[in-house]
Amino acid sequence: MKLLKLVPDHTNIHFLKWRVPFYLVSVLLVAASWGLVLTKGLNLGVDFIGGQMIRVTFDHSAEAPVATLRDEVTQLGYGEPTIQRFGKPNEISIRMKLPVGADKDPALSDKMSRTITASVKAHHADARIDGVDSVSGKVSKELGWDAFRALGLAAVFVAGYIWLRFEWQFGIGALLSLVHDVSLTLGLFALTQMEFDLNIVAALLTLIGYSLNDTIVVYDRIRENLKKYRKMPMPELLDLSVNETLARTIVTSLSMLITLIALLLLGPQVIFGFTAAITLGIFVGTYSSIYMAAPILIWLKVSSKSFVPGEASGDVPPSAKRA
Amino acid sequence: MLEFPRWKVIWLWLITLGFALAALPSVVDVAGLRWPAGLPEPKVNLGLDLAGGSDILLEADPTQVRTQRIEGMEESVRNKLRTMSQPVRISDISNNNGTLTFLVDDPSKIDAVREAVLPLTNGAGLTGKRDWTINVVDGNRFVLAPTQEGIDQAVTQAMDTAVEVVRKRIDALGTKEPTIVRSGADRILVQVPGLQDPQALKNLLGQTAKLEFKLVDGSANPADVAQGIVPPGDEIVPYADVKPGQPAPKIAVHRLGGIRGDELTNAQLSNNPQTNAADVAITFNSDGGAKFAKLTSANVGKPFAIILDGKVLSAPNINEPILGGSAVISGNFTNDSASQLAISLRSGALPVDLKVIEERTVGPDLGADSIRKGVIAMGVGTLALVVFILVTYGRFGVYACVALLINLFMILGTMGLIGTTLTLPGIAGFVLTIGAAVDAQVLIFERIREERHRGRRVVQAVEIGYKEATRAIFDANFTNIIAATLMFAFGSGPVKGFAVVLMIGIVTSVFTGVVLTRMWVAQWLRRARPAEINL
Repeated sequence: MKLLKLVPDHTNIHFLKWRVPFYLVSVLLVAASWGLVLTKGLNLGVDFIGGQMIRVTFDHSAEAPVATLRDEVTQLGYGEPTIQRFGKPNEISIRMKLPVGADKDPALSDKMSRTITASVKAHHADARIDGVDSVSGKVSKELGWDAFRALGLAAVFVAGYIWLRFEWQFGIGALLSLVHDVSLTLGLFALTQMEFDLNIVAALLTLIGYSLNDTIVVYDRIRENLKKYRKMPMPELLDLSVNETLARTIVTSLSMLITLIALLLLGPQVIFGFTAAITLGIFVGTYSSIYMAAPILIWLKVSSKSFVPGEASGDVPPSAKRA
Repeated sequence: MLEFPRWKVIWLWLITLGFALAALPSVVDVAGLRWPAGLPEPKVNLGLDLAGGSDILLEADPTQVRTQRIEGMEESVRNKLRTMSQPVRISDISNNNGTLTFLVDDPSKIDAVREAVLPLTNGAGLTGKRDWTINVVDGNRFVLAPTQEGIDQAVTQAMDTAVEVVRKRIDALGTKEPTIVRSGADRILVQVPGLQDPQALKNLLGQTAKLEFKLVDGSANPADVAQGIVPPGDEIVPYADVKPGQPAPKIAVHRLGGIRGDELTNAQLSNNPQTNAADVAITFNSDGGAKFAKLTSANVGKPFAIILDGKVLSAPNINEPILGGSAVISGNFTNDSASQLAISLRSGALPVDLKVIEERTVGPDLGADSIRKGVIAMGVGTLALVVFILVTYGRFGVYACVALLINLFMILGTMGLIGTTLTLPGIAGFVLTIGAAVDAQVLIFERIREERHRGRRVVQAVEIGYKEATRAIFDANFTNIIAATLMFAFGSGPVKGFAVVLMIGIVTSVFTGVVLTRMWVAQWLRRARPAEINL
C-alpha cells in the first residue's frame, strides 16, 4: 500500500526569507485585534458582567421571532433585552441586566426570570426554556478575575519552564507567540460579536496548550540542530528546522482540524463558539510557531554557544555527520 | 529497544486494561444500556451543563454572625450578673460599633465582674487566642470585643450548621442525589441534577426560618413606634402582612427575655377546623416546652408576638398558660407556604441568612441534545481521524489508532475511578488531549521516516525515532501539565473541569502513545524482522 505523504521528502521552503513582512503582518493583526477589542468590545456573557441569560428553543418554528420577542420582553419593564441567536436560527438567548437592588434582595432577579419565561411561554406555544443563568455582579467579577489570573499565571510559568529547558530567548519567543494567538482570537470574538463566556476561556486555554505544543516541537528541533550544525547561519538553521518538522506540523494540524470540524458541524450548538475559537487557534498557533516563535530567536541572537559553551570550534560539516 | 521482558509486558497490559475497563460502565451508560447490577461501577458523572439540572451558589453574610454573637453575649452577661450570689448592677449597655460595652455602677465590683465574665469566653479553636477580649476603660466601663479568630470560628460553625440545614431541607423536597458542599469561607454550592424548576428549592433555601416569641411592650407609645423611636429595652418589628400601598404596621417588643423556636421536635401543616385556614402546628422538645410554659404562665393576659425572620406573623393574647409544649402558628398562609414553613422549621433555622448569588439551570432536553450531538460528533471525528492516520502511516497507523482508542477509554476510566465530573469544557480538554496524543505519534513516526531517509537501518531508525521524539513530547506535555496545574489551582468552575481532564489525558496520552506503541512496534520488529518498513 502506498502511504499518503502530504509533504514531499526533502522539502525546503525558505520560510524565514519572509520573516520581516510576516512579522509586520503579525504585529498589525495583533494591533488590529486589540483595536477591535477596545472599540467594538467583546460581547461579554453574564459570566463576566453579571445578569441573566435565558435560553429558549422554538420547537416548531424555523426561525425564532426575535423582533417580536424583543418588544414583548421590553414591555415587561425590565429594560431592553439583548437577544441573540446561537447555533440554529430557532435557538436564542435573552440576556438581561439584573434589576436594581438585586444584590441586596435576590428575590427580585428571581421574579424577573419568572416574569420573562412566563411571558415567553404565554406568547409562543412552542417555546421551550432550555436554561436560565443568573449571575450576581459580585460573582461575575470573581469569575472574570479567576479566569484572568489562571490564564496569566499559566502563561508566565510555562514561559519560565521553557527558559529553564532551553534558553531565555526561547521563553520570550514562546510568550510572544502566546500573546499573539490569544490576541487574534480575542480579535475574532470582537469582530464577530460571538458571546464571550467562561467556556471561551477554556477554549483559549486549549489553544494556548496547542500553540505551546507546536512551538516546543519547533524549538526542540532548533535546539538539536544548533548542537549539530554549529556554524550554520541562524536563518538557514531555522529554515532547516521548520522544514524538518513541517510534515509533522501538517499532519498534526490536520488531525486536530478533522476532530474540530466534526464538532463544529455536528456537535451541540452550545459549544459552537467554543469550537470555533479552538479551530481558529489551530491555524494561528501553527502560523505563530513558524513566524513568531522562530524569527524572534534571530533578533534575540541565539547561537550554538548557548547550548555548547566554549566549544564553538572543531565543527563537523553536515554532510560528514550523516554518514 | 527490542528487549521487552515478559514481566514488563504483563505489567503494562495490566495497567492498560485496569484503567480502560473502568470506563465500561460510563460507556454503557451513555449508550443508554443498563450496567449489570452487582458489578463495581465507577462512573463518570455528567456535569449539569450536559445532563441538565440546577446549580445554585448561596452566600452568607458574616457580619450577621458577628451581630448575633454580640447579642448572645449581652444576654449571657446580663443573666450571669443577675444570678450571681451578690448581683451586680450594670447600666448604659450598648452593643454598637461591633463591641459590647457597659458600666459597672459600683467600681469596687470590677474584679468580681471580670471574674464572672471571663468564663463566658472560650479559646478560639486551635489558634491559641480567645474568642473575646475583655478590657476596662475609664475606670468602670467594660468593653467586650469579639476577636477575628473567634468570629472566624463562629462563621465556620454557622456554615457547617447551614450546610446541614440545607441538606435536610433539600432531602425533604425528595430531590435525587443533590450535591451540597461548602465553597470558600462563606458560601454553599448546591447542585441538583435533573430538576425542572428550581423555584421551590430556592424559596426553601431563602427562608432563614428563625422563629421567635417575644413579649409585646404594652407601655410603648404607638405614635413613637410608628415613627421608629425605639423605647428603651425594646426593638421595633414590622408585620409580615402588608396591604399594598401602605407602610408596614410596626410593633414594639421586648428585645430580651423571649424564646427562640429552634427547640422543636416537629412542625407540620394543619388546617384550622373552623376557618379551614392553613396553619403550622409546632411541637417543642422538653426544654423548649418548659421555657414556653414558663413564659406563657408568667404573662397571662398580655400579648406576645410570633416573629418569623424579623417579621411579625401575629401577636395574640396569652389567654392561658400553654403547658403541653405544642402550639399553632397562624398568619395568612397558603397550603404551600405553610408546608414550606413546616419543612424549614423541622430542619431547623439557618444560623445565617443565605442569598442566591449565582444560579444556572439547564433544561434536561437541552442537556440530552448536547450529549447526543456531542457523542455523534466525537464518533464521526474519531472515525475520520482514524482513516487519516491509517492512510498516512499504514501499519504504524494501526498501532497509533489502537493507542488512541485505549487512551480515550483510559481517560474515561480514570475519571470514573476518581469520581470527577465531565462538563462541556471537559470535552475541550478531551479535544486537546486527543490532539496531543496524535501529535506524539506523528512526531515519532515522522522522525523514524527521517532517520530512514538518512540511511539508518530499520531497528536503528525506530530506536532513534522514539528516543529523539520523546524529548519534544516530554517538554510539550510537561508545559501542559504546568498550565493545567495552575488552572486547577486558580481557576473556577469550567476552567477547573478543563484542567482535570487535561491532567489525566496528558498522562494517559504519553503512556499509550509512547510506552504502549513502542512495545507493540518492538514486538512486531522482533517477530517479523523486516528489512524495510512501509512508512
